[in-house]
Amino acid sequence: MGAFQSVHQEDNYEDLATRTGFSPEQIRNLHRRFKHLTKNGDKLRRDHFRVISDLELNPIQSQIIEAFFDKRNFQGNGRGTVSEIGFEEFLIVMSYFLPTDPNLTAEERESFRQRKLHFLFNMYDTDDDGKITVQEYRHVVQVLISQSDNLDQEEAKEIADAAMLEVASLAVVHMAPDEFYEGITFEHFVKIWKGIEIEMKMHVRFSHLETTSICK
Amino acid sequence: MCRWQWDVGLVILLLMSNARPACGGGTAADALNGTQRQWNGTERTPFQHDHANNSKKTFPVLSFNYDHVRTHFQISLWILLAFLMKLGLQLIPRLSSIVPESCLLIVVGLLVGLVIQVVGEEPPVLDSEFFFLCLLPPIILDAGYFLPLRPFMENLGTILMFAVLGTLWNAFFVGGLLYGVCQVDSAHLAGVDLLACLLFGSMVSAVDPVAVLAVFEEIHINELLFILVFGESLLNDAVTVVLYHLLEEYAGVGSVSAQDVGLGVLSFLVVSLGGVLVGAIFGVMAAFTSRFTLHNRVIEPLFVFLYSYMAYLSAEVFHLSGIMALIACGATMHPYVEANVSHKSHTTIKYFLKMWSSVSETLIFIFLGVSTVAGPHLWNWTFVTVTILLCLVARVLGVVGLTFIINKFRVIKLTTKDQFIVAYGGLRGAIAFSLGFLLKKEHFPMRNLFLTAIITLIFFTVFVQGMTIRPLVDLLAVKRKQGSKHSINEEIHTQVLDHLLTGVAHVCGQYGHHHWRDKLTRLDKQYVKKWLIAGERSEEPQLIAFYRTLAVNQALELLESGGDMLPSAGPSTNSLETLKSKIQENDQSLARISKQRKEEIRRILRMTLQNTEQKLHSYSQHTQDEAWTLQILHRKQAEMGRKISIFLADAAKLQVSPVQRRARLASGELRETASSPLTVDQCISTFFEPRHIFNIEKIPLRTTNQKCYKMTLCKPSNDKIVSQFIYTHSV
Repeated sequence: MGAFQSVHQEDNYEDLATRTGFSPEQIRNLHRRFKHLTKNGDKLRRDHFRVISDLELNPIQSQIIEAFFDKRNFQGNGRGTVSEIGFEEFLIVMSYFLPTDPNLTAEERESFRQRKLHFLFNMYDTDDDGKITVQEYRHVVQVLISQSDNLDQEEAKEIADAAMLEVASLAVVHMAPDEFYEGITFEHFVKIWKGIEIEMKMHVRFSHLETTSICK
Repeated sequence: MCRWQWDVGLVILLLMSNARPACGGGTAADALNGTQRQWNGTERTPFQHDHANNSKKTFPVLSFNYDHVRTHFQISLWILLAFLMKLGLQLIPRLSSIVPESCLLIVVGLLVGLVIQVVGEEPPVLDSEFFFLCLLPPIILDAGYFLPLRPFMENLGTILMFAVLGTLWNAFFVGGLLYGVCQVDSAHLAGVDLLACLLFGSMVSAVDPVAVLAVFEEIHINELLFILVFGESLLNDAVTVVLYHLLEEYAGVGSVSAQDVGLGVLSFLVVSLGGVLVGAIFGVMAAFTSRFTLHNRVIEPLFVFLYSYMAYLSAEVFHLSGIMALIACGATMHPYVEANVSHKSHTTIKYFLKMWSSVSETLIFIFLGVSTVAGPHLWNWTFVTVTILLCLVARVLGVVGLTFIINKFRVIKLTTKDQFIVAYGGLRGAIAFSLGFLLKKEHFPMRNLFLTAIITLIFFTVFVQGMTIRPLVDLLAVKRKQGSKHSINEEIHTQVLDHLLTGVAHVCGQYGHHHWRDKLTRLDKQYVKKWLIAGERSEEPQLIAFYRTLAVNQALELLESGGDMLPSAGPSTNSLETLKSKIQENDQSLARISKQRKEEIRRILRMTLQNTEQKLHSYSQHTQDEAWTLQILHRKQAEMGRKISIFLADAAKLQVSPVQRRARLASGELRETASSPLTVDQCISTFFEPRHIFNIEKIPLRTTNQKCYKMTLCKPSNDKIVSQFIYTHSV
C-alpha cells in the first residue's frame, strides 16, 4: 500500500509540477507543510490557519486567509468562496508567489505578471464586482494603520480618498461632467503598478519549510 | 574662451603664492608646519608692531602681509580653482556625455601638475593623512546617510560574498602570480619578494567607492546592480585594512606563520564588526540628540555631521574600519533624524552632504592627476602590464566563480549581463594610491615601482572602463533605474505587498528574510522609536508619516514655485481676480480635474495656513504672550477668511473633485444632516496635513438655497482653534 501510494504520488507531483511551475522537490515540501497544517487531513479549512501564531500579528491576516478560499484565484472561471480546499488549490494559490523564471519569453513573463497583479486585485476587491471602490480602499488603509494604537478613522479616510483621487487623475485623463468614477478597474490597477517591478518583489522562497512534528 | 584665460590666470596666481620664500614648504600639506615654525621663530603675531624699534616710520596706509594667510589662501585657492575648472568643463557641450567627469578632472589635474612643474615648482602630492581624514569621510557619509537600506539588506549576503571572498581572491591571485612573474629573470624584478607582492595585491584588489560612485551615478543603472557594486566597494574596506596592516607588519620580518593568519582572520572580524558597532552607537546617540532639538533647529545639521565624523575618527583610533563605521552611523541615524528634524534642516543636511562630497571628489581626482606628474616614478613595462592584465582576469574569474555559488542561494538569479556589469564596474581609485603612498621607503625599496603601477591601473580603470561602460550598458540593454515618483498609492501597495509576503511566508512555514524583516520592524516600532523620536511622531504609523511628508513637500514645492506671491496679510485680491477670470475662461472644462487649478488652490490654501503658522511661531519667539497673539491672528484670519470664502465658494462650485463627490453618492453616504463633511472637505483634506483640519460642519440655513459651511482649523498639538471660516456656496 505504501509503495503503491508513493508511486501514485510521484506521478501526481510531476503532473502538478508542469501545471503550476514548481519543482517536484518544492511540491514535496509544500505537501508536507499542507499535511502539517491540516493535521494529516485532506482538506484545509479556515480554522487550520489559526495554528500559525505569527499570522495573528499580521494586519491583513483575514485578507490573506480569504485569498486561499477565493475561487477566482484557482485559475478557473469560478466565483465566490469555498469553505475548504485541497492540496491542488493550495498549490495553485502558492504558485502566484513563484519568482519569474528568467528563461521565459517576454509573452509568458507578461502573462505571469498579469496573473500576479490579478491576485492582488482580487485581494482588494472583496465584493467581486470587478472594481475597487472607495469603501474597499478605505478598509485596506484602515487595516494598515490599525497596527498602531491610536486608531484614527478620519486620517484613514483622507488617505484613502487622496489615493483614489490620484488613481483617477492617473488613469482617466478626460472625464465628462456626467461621468463618475466608480472605482479602480483592473486596467487602472495595472497602471498604478507600471513603475514597480512586481516580478522582482512578489516572490517567496520555497525551500527549508518548517514542518515540525504534528503532535503539539 | 575667456574662462580658460581666467583659469590660467588663477593657476599663475597659485604658483606665485607657492613660490613665496617664507618658512613654509612648497606643499599645502606642510604649510601648516610652516606657519608653526614661523610662530615659534619670531613669537610675534602679525598684528603687533615692533616696539623695540623707536624710529618713527610713516604709517602705512596700505601694506602687504601675505605670510599669515598663506596656508588658508592656498587651500581656498586650490578649491576655487578646482571648481572653476569643473564649471569650465561643462561648457564644452558634448564632452561630458562621452567622458565621465572623473576622467576629465584627472586630465585637468595632469595639466595643472605639468604647468606647475614647467614653472619649476614642486607640485603638491596627495598627502595620505589629508586624504583619509578630510577628503574621504564626506563622500562616505553622503553615501551612508542616503543608502537605500532595503535593497542593501536584501542583497547583503551577495554583497558580503563579493566584498570579502572576492577581494581576498583578487589579492592573492594578483599577488601570487605577480611574484611568479617577478621571479622570471628577464624582468629585472628580483628584488620583489612574495610578501611585498601580496601587499601590492591587497592594495590593488579593492574596488574603490569614490570611483564607482563617480561613474555609476552618471549611467543610472538599475538599483540591484548599483547596490551590488557599491555595497561591495564599501564593505571591502575591512578586508583591505586587515590585509594591508597584516602584510605591512610582516613584510619587514619576511615571513608569516599560520598563527598570524589565524590572528588575521580574528582581526578581520573585530575590524568589521567593531567598526559597525562604533558607527551604530554614534548613530543612536545622534538620533537621541536630535530628539531634543525642537527649540534649536538651526544646529540640527551640525549634530549629524559631527557625530558621524566622530564615529569615523573613533574607529580609526582603534584601527577599525572607518568606512564601515561611517556607513553604519549614517544608516542608523537616518530614519530617526528624518522624523525629528525640521524640513529646512533636512534640506540643509542633504545639500551640505552633497556639496562636501562633491568638493572631496573633485579634489581627489585633481590631486590624483597632479600627483602623477609629481611623484617619483619607476616604470617597468612588465610589471605594469602584468598588473593590469592580472587585475582584469582576477576580477572576471572572481565574479563568475562567486556568482555560480551565490546563485544557488538567491531567489532572483544574477544573469550573465549582471555579472558582466559587476565585473566591469570594479574600478580602482584613490584609496589604492593613498595606501601605496603610505608605504615607507625604508621597508619597501620598490615603493616607486608600486606607485607607478597603481597609478597606471587607476588610470586604466577610470579612463578605459569608465568611458566604455556607458555605451556598453546601452548596447547590452541593461535595465535602467526607474524614475520613482513615489505616490501615496505606491506606498499603500508596497506596504500591503510586504504584509502579504510575510503572511504567505508564514503560511508556508518559511522563516526567512520576510519574517525577520517584519519582526525587526515591529521591534523598532515598539521600543526603539519611542526612545529616539520626539513627541507624538513616535507613534505615527508609517503610512501617515509618509502622507504627511508628501503633502508638506508638495505644498512647499508649489509655494516655492509661486514664491513671489507671499503677501504680508493674506492672499492679495489681485491673485483672486486673476484666478477668477481664469476660472471663468475654463468654463467648458469645469468637471475635469485640472492639475494646474488643483495646484493653485493648494498654493493659496497652503499659504494661509503657513502664514498662520509662521506668525504664531515668530510671535511666540518674541512676545510669548499667546492670548495677545491669538487675538491679532483672529483679526487677520477673519480678514483672510472673508477673502477665502469667496474663493472657496468658487472652488467648491467648480467640482474640483467630482470623483469624490460621486463616489460618495454611489456609496450612499451623503446625508443632508449637519456635521457631515462634503466635497470641499475632500478637496481641502487632500491638500492639507491631515491633522490640521478639525471639522467642517454644515450649518443649515433655511432662508436660502445656499449651503453654509463652517471650517474650523485647529493646531494639532493643543487643539487650540486657530481660525474659523464660514463660507457659503450655492449648488
